[in-house]
Amino acid sequence: MTTNPLLDATGVTKNYGAVAALRNASLSVLPGEVHALMGANGAGKSTLVKILTGAIKADAGRILIRGQQLDVRSPADARRAGMLPVYQEPALIPDLDVLSNLRLTGTPVEPFRAWVRELGIPDLDIRETARHIPLAILRVLDLARALAVEPDVLLLDEMTAALPANLAEKVLEVVRRQGDAGRSVIFISHRFVEISALCDRATVLRDGATVGVVDIEPGIEERIVEMMLGIRIEKTLVAARAANEVAVAGGGRPRLSVRNLQLGTKLNDVSFDLANGEVVGVFALEGQGQDELFAALAGSIRPTGGTIDVDGSPVKFSHPSDAIQAGIAYVPGDRAEALAMQRSVRENIALPFSAAPRKWGPIRMRREQVVVSGAIGRLQIDTRAQGEVQRLSGGNQQKVTIARWIAANARTILCFDPTRGIDVGTKQEIYKLLRELAGQGKSVLFYTSEMEEVQRVCDRVIVIFGGRIVDTFPVEEADEAALMRAAYGLPRGAKADVGILAEVKPGSSAEAAS
Amino acid sequence: MTDIATMPRPVSFGRRLKRFMADRPLIPLIILLIILVVILQILRPGILNERWIANTAKFAIPLAILAGCQTMTMLTGGIDLSVGTVATMSAFIMATQIVNQDPAVAFLLAMLPAVLIGLINGIGVGVFRVHPLIMTLGTSLIGTGFLQVYQRTVIASGARIPDFLNWLGTGLTYGFPNALLLFVPVAVLIVFMLNRTGFGRLLYAVGDNERAARLSGVRYWQVITALYVLSSLLAGITGLLYIGLIKAPSLSLAEPLVLPSVAAAVIGGTSIFGGRGGYTGTIVGALILTVLTTLLTILQMPEGGRRILFGFIVLFVTAAYLRIIEDR
Repeated sequence: MTTNPLLDATGVTKNYGAVAALRNASLSVLPGEVHALMGANGAGKSTLVKILTGAIKADAGRILIRGQQLDVRSPADARRAGMLPVYQEPALIPDLDVLSNLRLTGTPVEPFRAWVRELGIPDLDIRETARHIPLAILRVLDLARALAVEPDVLLLDEMTAALPANLAEKVLEVVRRQGDAGRSVIFISHRFVEISALCDRATVLRDGATVGVVDIEPGIEERIVEMMLGIRIEKTLVAARAANEVAVAGGGRPRLSVRNLQLGTKLNDVSFDLANGEVVGVFALEGQGQDELFAALAGSIRPTGGTIDVDGSPVKFSHPSDAIQAGIAYVPGDRAEALAMQRSVRENIALPFSAAPRKWGPIRMRREQVVVSGAIGRLQIDTRAQGEVQRLSGGNQQKVTIARWIAANARTILCFDPTRGIDVGTKQEIYKLLRELAGQGKSVLFYTSEMEEVQRVCDRVIVIFGGRIVDTFPVEEADEAALMRAAYGLPRGAKADVGILAEVKPGSSAEAAS
Repeated sequence: MTDIATMPRPVSFGRRLKRFMADRPLIPLIILLIILVVILQILRPGILNERWIANTAKFAIPLAILAGCQTMTMLTGGIDLSVGTVATMSAFIMATQIVNQDPAVAFLLAMLPAVLIGLINGIGVGVFRVHPLIMTLGTSLIGTGFLQVYQRTVIASGARIPDFLNWLGTGLTYGFPNALLLFVPVAVLIVFMLNRTGFGRLLYAVGDNERAARLSGVRYWQVITALYVLSSLLAGITGLLYIGLIKAPSLSLAEPLVLPSVAAAVIGGTSIFGGRGGYTGTIVGALILTVLTTLLTILQMPEGGRRILFGFIVLFVTAAYLRIIEDR
């Protein structure tokens, strides 16, 4: 390797108040390379990307592009230098249509359209207002917008998170070809499958410092995980499902019983039961009605038909507080939706306690402290920056959203994709927590966009396609191929259809299985 | 704090100072207040005496209470522009009803429009989602209109300032303004409410992220309605205090206090976007504005020049203060 790096950052440091987000981070990317940037929650990946793209300013450090010292002061500077990011959050302005958004950034329209088609969206109306476009598509549009200006270095932050499998596949394909075309890509992801398929090298961050740069080769995962966590961990499946027996033994009335639920055109005739001590998974491609199902059960929207029974008695929710009264708590996938970002960890966790007018009086601070620190301890939330939730890392924020309902002792938790974009260690903790809750007789409805989570966490999984429940599996039968087939609406056991599946998702099940 | 946070690294004095102030936003405000007082003392040696302090406090108190209304509503991302009208209405009704009525009845009549306007504001903002700026501006105009109608019906009976309000508004006891008897409990209650009660928590939570509050089971309209009624009640009480201080009931009595009350809350570090701020800063903000007014008065500038300078100083102070306390 005698080529000079295209991008060379060394000694990058950034402090937020008393918290060091980056201490001594370095990153060196060669031309034509797809370079993975890895690290546990709060290791500083997002911060580093934001510094490289001029969104925030480093306190110290040197950034060279093609050997030239570069002083990136604004996103426009970074853009001129050929570095373009695609962040986790969609960047299109919601109230403008796609075309106006393109004009705003001076993006050429034709290349953009070409890339959009390339990325697997054949029928985009660029007059559509961004607000009305689903999240998954928006992320792809962000990527297409970046690709259209042909950047030298493309920075992708959790690009495939929240993408349905078919779109993710296309995205990965396009990213790989960027590398082949001599452009560089910095790829942040928690999914080893993608990284091993895509990347040439990986830089690993821990606690704000670069702890290693490795070539991607078979078997490297264990070493990367070790480096990320700083300790040796055993990759284990979550403990045995004692809760299964609880569910059976508990018997009697189901905790939650949904019959013929109808919601406009989004949900059709959805019926299922959730028992005490059971974790039921919901698996679906993007936008199949799972959002509406969760919203209806959480009391956020009113169903147009069907019934919901809690502990055998019918309920009608007109506000989330009705659902909470019935012991049903909703943990949304988007953390920004659940947290008061400028408030402390404690206030965020204790928020439901004050909701009802009869709880508006003086707070019993000591008792609250006990309950809150119990929940913080149980989820092992890193409280270094607890004064404001927005200073926590994504994974810790997610833990706060769950801790709130542990503290409130909710009997049923509706978790919508709670592990999106957080690191392996935290994911494991969340799986374990959900199983423990089930073990205590609580019930969990768990939507996930990652198939392997189904097997780790759930007792049963229902698959939704086009607003209907198309299949229900006991977890033993819910292998990835079966889930995928069901999610695409293919009938179970009809092996003749394998050809269709293979066409839609080439090789993905083989990769995932490895 | 773990090793990362306390890791020794060279930090310039300026940065340390900035961080110190960011953690204690009240300190730069108090420093500013002291600087203003010192300037005043230099320009007019000897002005800084017991009488002046009591007088400043007397004028700062009504402003500080109205600024408390703004602080609470601003925490939820709102604003209450009807406080001036509400205060004026209470004051005016009190002064005219006391002539023929029992003081208790007059008091209740005086507080009636306050409750009504607060309720309408709260329902408009909380249930019908009218923007607070528009909602409270609207009720403020309507209230002024009603007051004009009311004035015609009482023109014959005349007006009188009740002795008690006189005593409360202007009186001194051992050199302390009697208004403190009202203000100290009010201030303590507001600070306690914001920090230690469920309702206070909800004001911050609703202003920071309404969706999150909703998902936690908070019903927005309940919080907002209670808030605007509370704000109006405080404004009504302020009106009674203010008439005792000014002693001349008019239809625009407390109107000049409205925008300074917003300015005091903003200078005190409460964000107009909601979720951030507190009442102690607001109190200092109100003091700063009052001292600033005195300062500009003794400069013997023409009224226009004074206003221009006042505006510039408020802008400058707010901008500078936000830079200091927002540690980025």
